[in-house]
Amino acid sequence: MNIKVLGSGCPSCIKLEKYVKLAVEQLELEATIEKVTDMQDILGYGVMSTPALVIDGKVVSTGKVLSPKDIIKLIG
Amino acid sequence: MNAFNVFNDIFLKMVWLSDLVYSLLESIFQLDSESTLFGILHFFIYDTIKIFILLSFLIFLVSYIQSYFPPERTTKILGRFKGITGNILGALLGTITPFCSCSSIPIFIGFTRAGLPLGVTFSFLISSPLVDLASFLILMSFLGPQIAIAYVIVGLILAVLGGLIIDKAKMEEYLQDYVLEMRRSGDINALVILEMTRNDRIKFSFDQVIDIIKRVWLYVLIGVGIGSTIHNVIPEDVIGYVLGGNNPFNVLIASAVGIPMYADIFGTIPIAEALLGKGVGIGTILAFMMSVTALSLPSMVMLSKVVKKRLLFTFIGIVSIGIIIIGYLFNILEFIV
Repeated sequence: MNIKVLGSGCPSCIKLEKYVKLAVEQLELEATIEKVTDMQDILGYGVMSTPALVIDGKVVSTGKVLSPKDIIKLIG
Repeated sequence: MNAFNVFNDIFLKMVWLSDLVYSLLESIFQLDSESTLFGILHFFIYDTIKIFILLSFLIFLVSYIQSYFPPERTTKILGRFKGITGNILGALLGTITPFCSCSSIPIFIGFTRAGLPLGVTFSFLISSPLVDLASFLILMSFLGPQIAIAYVIVGLILAVLGGLIIDKAKMEEYLQDYVLEMRRSGDINALVILEMTRNDRIKFSFDQVIDIIKRVWLYVLIGVGIGSTIHNVIPEDVIGYVLGGNNPFNVLIASAVGIPMYADIFGTIPIAEALLGKGVGIGTILAFMMSVTALSLPSMVMLSKVVKKRLLFTFIGIVSIGIIIIGYLFNILEFIV
């Protein structure tokens, strides 16, 4: 599984990344977590509101910090 | 007294809160209600509590509406309209989308990349910090319906006209190169709009309240502090001399003072309230509020990352001239009426 956190370094983007890591650890998943910080790349996903979450190339959340519980629902 | 006044007194002006703070200071703290300290404390405590109560409710309300218009959808809507309709819609959508200048850059780039006309983007950009539903209701509470309605209408007109002028000036080439580059590669149809449930919207609105209060509380306190000082300490004739009707430069001074100040509209309202109490003209007050919110230095710095100097200065020029005209116009109108 490939998970990307989209966001240009705002505090909420950092928070989302932390929660994604937590969720992945909890589920003991084999997943790569990447950060996408370049505005052009973020827009390339069709996203304007960050932080956003992309799982295996599909945008699943935009403009909010998901809780670890919500993330587990999405990737579990 | 009609129903609106009753509503306004209880929920927006919170007259009961003013009375409560008054009697608390008088009975529990045994302060002399004629003293300056009493005046300062009353203004400070009452205004602070009132602003934070109003802010929480209003941000929640506006965010809930906002959740129907994420930037991605706003872009798609605006993409369907040409000419002045696009500018008007841009200005209107600016009133329900982000409160914060920090989100204006992604939106600017997103709009540009999606191929929206530059003028529409600027209409949105001018109206976004200047006018929104929350500030409208707070203005209503502090300064009354006339000023609130006047503020919103002239703010929207400024946004539409500013955008139109920038459109006519054909300044696309003065976007930063990397932004121009993106403009050639963008696809408006690729924008993702995710479905939201009612619970999602409630959670989003609640998060917004926390987020925005965290960001603005200090500005609000500073604003209330300055307002309280003006209200109670600075003599009326000093304020009158600098900003009053007899000084022909009143609007210019008010606008110039506003620019280096960075505050949300919420921080400027207590200052405006105090100035109004000292007999400063409505136009002068509007000019001050608009220059603080629409022309702050931090938002200029942000904007300079996406546009070249020439476009930046055109933008600053248009908005400044607009604010000054609005200021003098309202002062004259007030004088006639």
